[in-house]
Formats: sequence, structure tokens, C-alpha cells
Amino acid sequence: MEGLNILSYVFIGIGLFFNLVGSCGLHRLPDIYTKLHAATKCTTFGSIFIILAVIVQSAGIWAVEGDSSQSVMCIHVVLALLALVVTNATSAHAIARAAHRSGEKPARAVVDDLEKKEND
Amino acid sequence: MNWVPAIIVMMVCIIITVVRIFMGPGAPTRLVAFDTTNTLVVASLIIVAMMTGNRPFYIDVAIVYALLSYVMTLYVAKYIQGDKF
Repeated sequence: MEGLNILSYVFIGIGLFFNLVGSCGLHRLPDIYTKLHAATKCTTFGSIFIILAVIVQSAGIWAVEGDSSQSVMCIHVVLALLALVVTNATSAHAIARAAHRSGEKPARAVVDDLEKKEND
Repeated sequence: MNWVPAIIVMMVCIIITVVRIFMGPGAPTRLVAFDTTNTLVVASLIIVAMMTGNRPFYIDVAIVYALLSYVMTLYVAKYIQGDKF
């Protein structure tokens, strides 16, 4: 159980670090596309690691102490992880397409190749 | 295992992103900040479920929250890009 606790602390440290980096990137970066790049990818990665820490902890209690009520927790957390991974990537793509079609330009952009391609 | 510092750091992250929702120039930036906030809230709910002992219903709430916020993000993105419904 001690080793599993240390593994959980390492996972949750990685997760919190990436969540903080993503939240600060939302403030530091200049335009919508770079903000999307920082915020979506970093917070998805960090949330995956936080959920992994919870999975390690609840599966460890289930396996070591034989507490079978933790099995519900473990399986439902895996379902939440699946929902989070699928929906985050898709919604980031939808936001990027919506921002481009509504006329948002990248910062300091000179040429936009996609615009010519969409008008044809 | 002590989960309280983790939930405090997650609250700080959520406050930072909510500030960007109120500041952000233009609708797409606000939508990005809102999507980030939803992801962080799901992770926080899972931490709360582990912190308060054996409470699996928080995780059910987190699953439903993730799916509903996904639908909301898709519809607002469709509205921003100017499609007809």
C-alpha cells in the first residue's frame, strides 16, 4: 500500500502541474488558436493523470484490503476517463473550426491559406 | 492519503480560467475558457469523490456533467460559426 500511495502522489503531482500550466497558458498566449492549443491539450493530459491517481488508489484498496465496494468507484472512474478523452478532443476541433469560420485571425498573421481553399 | 492540497490547487486553476471567461476578447476565447473550466470541474469532482471516502455517485455526476458540457460546447460553436439550426 505504501508503494501505491507514492505512485498516486507522483501521478497527482504531474496532473496538477499540467493543469496549472494550461490555465496560465490561457492568459499568456496571444490569440485564440494558441490559447486552444495550451488549454485543451494541457488540461486533458493533467486530468488523465489525476484520474489515474484515483484509479491506482481505489484499485489498491480493492486489491489489498479486499473492500469490494471500491470496485464500483474504480469502474466508474474508468468510464469518466473515457468520456473525458473522447469529448475533449472533439470539442476542441469544433471550437477551432468555429473560430476560423467566424473570421478570427491568428496574431501577426500575413497569409491565410485556408481562407482561399474554403472559398473555392 | 491526503487529497486536500490537490483540491485546493484545482480550485486555483478553476478561478484562473473563470477570470479569463470574464476578461476574454470575443466569443471564441470565452468558449475555450469555458471548455477548460468544464474539464477542470470534472477532475475536481473525481478528487472530491475520493476525498470524502466511498462516494461513487460523485463520479456518476462527473460523467453526466462531461457529456452535457460537450453538447453545450458543440452547440455554441455551431452558433458562433453562423450555421442555421
